[in-house]
Amino acid sequence: MASVSKGHVTGVNGNMVNVRFESQVIKNEVGYIHVGDTRLKGEIIRITDGIASLQVYEMTGGIAVGDEVEFTGEMLSAELGPGLLTQVYDGLQNPLPDLAEKCGFFLERGVYLPPLPDKDWEFTPSRKAGDRVIAGDILGSVPEGMFTHQIFVPFTLQGEWTIKSIKEKGTYNVHATIAVIGNREGEERELSMAITQPVKMAIKAYDERIRPDEPMVTKVRIIDTFLPVAKGGTYCIPGPFGAGKTVLQHLTSRNAEVDIVIIAACGERAGEVVEVLKEFPELIDPKTGRSLMERTIIICNTSSMPVAAREASVYTAVTMAEYYRNMGLDVLLLADSTSRWAQAMREMSGRLEEIPGDEAFPAYLESRIAEFYERAGKVRLRDGRIGSVTIGGTVSPAGGNFEEPVTQATLKVVGAFHGLSRERSDARKYPAIDPLDSWSKYTGIIDKDEVETAYSYLRRGNEVGQMMKVVGEEGTSLDDYVLYQKGEFMDAVYLQQNSFDPVDDAVTPERQKLAFSILYDVLTASYSLEDKKDARTFFNELRQRFLDWNGTAEDDERYDERLSELKAYAQSRRVK
Amino acid sequence: MQKIYTKIESIVGNVITVRAEGVRNNDLAEITTSRGKGYANVIKLDGDIVSLQVFQGAMGVSTGDSVRFLGVPMKVSFSDNLLGRIFDGSGRPRDNGPELTENMIEIGGPSVNPSKRIMAKNMIRTGIPMIDVFNSLVESQKLPIFSVSGEPYNELLARIAMQAEVDIIVLGGMGLKYDDYLFFKDTLEKSGAISRTIMFIHTASDPTVECTLVPDLSLAVAERFALQGKKVLVLLTDMTNFCDALKETAITMEQVPSNRGYPGDLYSSLASRYEKAVSFEGAGSVTILAVTTMPGDDVTHPVPDNTGYITEGQYYLRYGHIEPFGSLSRLKQNVNKDTRNDHRALMDAMIKLYSAYKDSLEKRSMGFMMSDWDEKLLKYGEAFESRMMDLKVNIPLEDALDEGWKILAECFEPTETGLRTELIEQYWPKER
Repeated sequence: MASVSKGHVTGVNGNMVNVRFESQVIKNEVGYIHVGDTRLKGEIIRITDGIASLQVYEMTGGIAVGDEVEFTGEMLSAELGPGLLTQVYDGLQNPLPDLAEKCGFFLERGVYLPPLPDKDWEFTPSRKAGDRVIAGDILGSVPEGMFTHQIFVPFTLQGEWTIKSIKEKGTYNVHATIAVIGNREGEERELSMAITQPVKMAIKAYDERIRPDEPMVTKVRIIDTFLPVAKGGTYCIPGPFGAGKTVLQHLTSRNAEVDIVIIAACGERAGEVVEVLKEFPELIDPKTGRSLMERTIIICNTSSMPVAAREASVYTAVTMAEYYRNMGLDVLLLADSTSRWAQAMREMSGRLEEIPGDEAFPAYLESRIAEFYERAGKVRLRDGRIGSVTIGGTVSPAGGNFEEPVTQATLKVVGAFHGLSRERSDARKYPAIDPLDSWSKYTGIIDKDEVETAYSYLRRGNEVGQMMKVVGEEGTSLDDYVLYQKGEFMDAVYLQQNSFDPVDDAVTPERQKLAFSILYDVLTASYSLEDKKDARTFFNELRQRFLDWNGTAEDDERYDERLSELKAYAQSRRVK
Repeated sequence: MQKIYTKIESIVGNVITVRAEGVRNNDLAEITTSRGKGYANVIKLDGDIVSLQVFQGAMGVSTGDSVRFLGVPMKVSFSDNLLGRIFDGSGRPRDNGPELTENMIEIGGPSVNPSKRIMAKNMIRTGIPMIDVFNSLVESQKLPIFSVSGEPYNELLARIAMQAEVDIIVLGGMGLKYDDYLFFKDTLEKSGAISRTIMFIHTASDPTVECTLVPDLSLAVAERFALQGKKVLVLLTDMTNFCDALKETAITMEQVPSNRGYPGDLYSSLASRYEKAVSFEGAGSVTILAVTTMPGDDVTHPVPDNTGYITEGQYYLRYGHIEPFGSLSRLKQNVNKDTRNDHRALMDAMIKLYSAYKDSLEKRSMGFMMSDWDEKLLKYGEAFESRMMDLKVNIPLEDALDEGWKILAECFEPTETGLRTELIEQYWPKER
C-alpha cells in the first residue's frame, strides 16, 4: 500500500501500548511493535493528540519506550478461501497445528503463519473475460470436501470492474492469480482464490435479509419443541458454572442440522477444546456419512491466551460464517463464552481510562453485543439462493445472576433465551434449561397451540408442587396431585434428555413429533385413579415405559413392542 | 554497567515511579534501601515515567534510594537442587540453605498450544475415599477446594502431598499463617515426603507483592519438571489471598474495580495460572489442587465464582469433610471406567442412597413417622459418614470400594440398592 505510517512506543500499560505516530493512521488499523527480533500485532483503538493507543494481541512484557512500530494501513482481517474447513485457528487466525509444528508445546508470541493451507484447488470459472463484476460476485468455484466452494470478487472492492482475464478450468494454488480485473480509471487488480476481509465489517453482498422462519433442528427435545431456534436466528445460553453450557454447545455442534459449524471457544478452558479436537475427527455425521470435522472450523482463544485476541476471535468466527453463508449454506456459529469477550472489552476500557458503566463494563457494551448478534440472519443472495448464519452464544454471568450487564444486553437482541438453572443441574436434570423462565420467539417443529397447552400443564404442575411443599401431600386434592404428576412426567420423559445414551442423545424431528403426540395425549387425558398412591404408581409405571422407549432405537427389534406397550398403558386408565 | 537511578518520583502503596529510559515492560530492578537490597518489577511505562512494584513493599523506601534495572524479567532457578528446599515469594531461600542461581528460567511463560494438549486419562490416587471413589482426581486436572476459614483444608493438602502418587510436589503458600507454614514443614519432614517437595511460601506477615508471585514461581518450576517427564502436583493455598493481593495492587494503580473491588482482569489472571495444568504428549504433567476460601461461605463471591468458571470441578470442604453434593470432578468420567467394573455403579448408588438418607433425616427432624426404609437409610447414612466421608479414613481405592459394598450389605437387601444383578453377584459380601 502507498502510505504506511511508522511510530514509536511512548507507554505500556497492561495490554495497551501508546504509540506516537509519524504521518497518518486509521482507526482499527493493525500495527506491529518491534521487540528485538519479534513483531507483536496490535490494533489501534483510540487516537488522541498524535498518540495512537493499540490493544496488543500478545503479552506486552519486554516492550520498551522508543520501540519502533510499523503500521500496515489495513484493518484486522481474516483471510478467506478454500481450505478453511477442518482448521483449528487461534483468535488471529493462526493455524494452531502448524504453530505447534513450528514452535512445539508453547504458543510463542509474535509468530504469525499463513491461515490458508498452501494447497492447489480444482478451479472452474463461471465468468469470462469482458464480464462486469462488483464486490461479492462469483468468479467460479472449487470443490472443498462435500461443498462447492465459491470464489468471490473481494467484498471490499469499490465500484464496477471488468474482468480482463480469467484462468481456464484447471488446478491452481490458493494464492495464484486466477483473474485480472480493471476499472474505468485504468486501475488493475489481480485476484486469487483467497480474499481478505476486515473482521469488524459485515459481509453484505446479498440481495436482502429475510425473516428467519425455518427451524434449525438441534435434536434436543426441549429446544426443538419448546424453545426453538430458527436458521438465521440468534439465541443465548446463560448459566452458572457447572450447569452444562459447554456440554450443550458441544451437543449442538455435533447434532445441529446445518451445513457448517463454526466453534468459537473464547476465553474458556483449553481442555474442552481438546475434547472437540480429539472427538470430532472420529465422529461421523449421519447426514453426510463424513467425519464431523469436515463441516467444522474451530477458532480457539482459550482463557490463558492473550486477552485482546478474544475479541478478535469472535469477529474472525462470524466473518467466516458470513463468508460461507454467501455460498448459499446454512452456518451455525457457537460462541463460548461471550462474557469472556465482554470482559476483554472491560479490561481494555479500564486501561483507556474510560468512564465505566455498570460493573465497570464500558458504556458501549450493549451496542457491541447488538452489532455482533445482528450479523446473524437469513439472506437471499443475488442469484436467489438462500443462506443463513445462526449465532448461539453462551453467557457466564458472575455469581450465576442473570441481572448482570452482559446477560441483560444479550437478552435484548437475541430471539431465544435458554437459561440454565443451577437448581436443575444440581438435581441432575439435563439439559438444565429452565423450561419456565426461558423463551423463544421462533416457530418450532410442533404446532404452537399444542406447545402452549403442554406448557400450561407444566406451569400448573409446578404451582401445585410449590404448594405441596407447604401443605404437604395430605393437603392436596387428587386432581391437583394428578396435575403435579403430569408436570413431573413431562419433565422426566420429554424435557430431560440423556446425552450419554446413544439413542436419546439426538432425537430426530419425526421422532420428536411422535413422542410429543403421546405426551400430549397423556397430558390432556383424564384418568380414573383411586387415590394419590394409585396416581403415583400409574405415572411411575408410565414414565418407566416412556423412558424405555426413549432409549430404544428405531431399528431395534423391541421398538414396536415398546411403543405399543407404552401407548396401551397410557390408554389403560383413561376415562372414556 | 547499567545506569543507577537515585531519584524516586513517587511512592504510592507498594508502587514507586522513577524517570528512566530504555526500560522494558516486566523487567526486574534492584532497589537498594536502608533496609538492604530488594527487587521490584516494571508494571507500567508512560513516557519516561516507569512504575515498579516493590516486592518487599515500599515501607521505608526513601525518595533518594537507588534503583538499578537489570534488563531481564523475573526469573527463578531450576534444577534438581530445588527438591526439598523452601523459598519465599521472591524465590530466596527460607530454609537457611544456599541461594540458587544456576539455570535461571522465566516465570509466567507462554501458554500451551491447545493442539498439543492431550486428554487426561490417568487417575491420581490419594487414599481419600471421597476423592478416589466419588470424585477422582485426574492427572493434569485443575481443581479448587472451596472451603471456609477454620476448616482443615491445609491438613487435607498436607495429607494429599504425603500420599499422592506423583513424582514431585510443589507447594505454593500464599498469606499462610506462620503456624500453618511450620505445620506443612514438620508434617512433610516427618513423613519423608519433603525430599520430593519444593515449597514457595509467602506468610501473612510477608510483603503483599510477593504473594502474587508465588503461583507463577511454583507453576514455572512445575512446568519444567513436567517437560522432563515428571508427574507434578502443585498445591496452592490460599488463592483468595492471592486475589486479594492482586486487588491491592490494582487499586494502588488506580484501576477501575469491577466487582467488590477486584480488578476486571481477575478471571484472566486466575485462568493464566490454572491453565498451566496440562498433560504433555510424550512427557509429564502438571496437576493443580488449590484452596480457595470463600469469604462468608458465599460461592458467588468473585473469587470462588471466577475460579469455578475456570477449573474442572471443585471439592467443597465443609464441616470437616468433603461434601458429596456440590463436589464435582469434571474429568472423573475419563478415568473411573478403567479402575474396577463396579466403580461407577457403586459410586452412583451410594450417592443416591445418601441423598435419600438426607431426605429421611429432614423428615425425622420435622417429626414425621419413620418407616422401615427410613430406619435403614438412617443406619446407612451414619455408616457412610463415619466410614467413607470422615477425612481420617485412609484406604486405597479398591479397599474403599469393598468397604462400600460392606456398608450396603449391612444396611440393605441387594435389590434395594438399585445396583445391577451381575455386580451384586460379583461383589455382594457373602456372609455378614
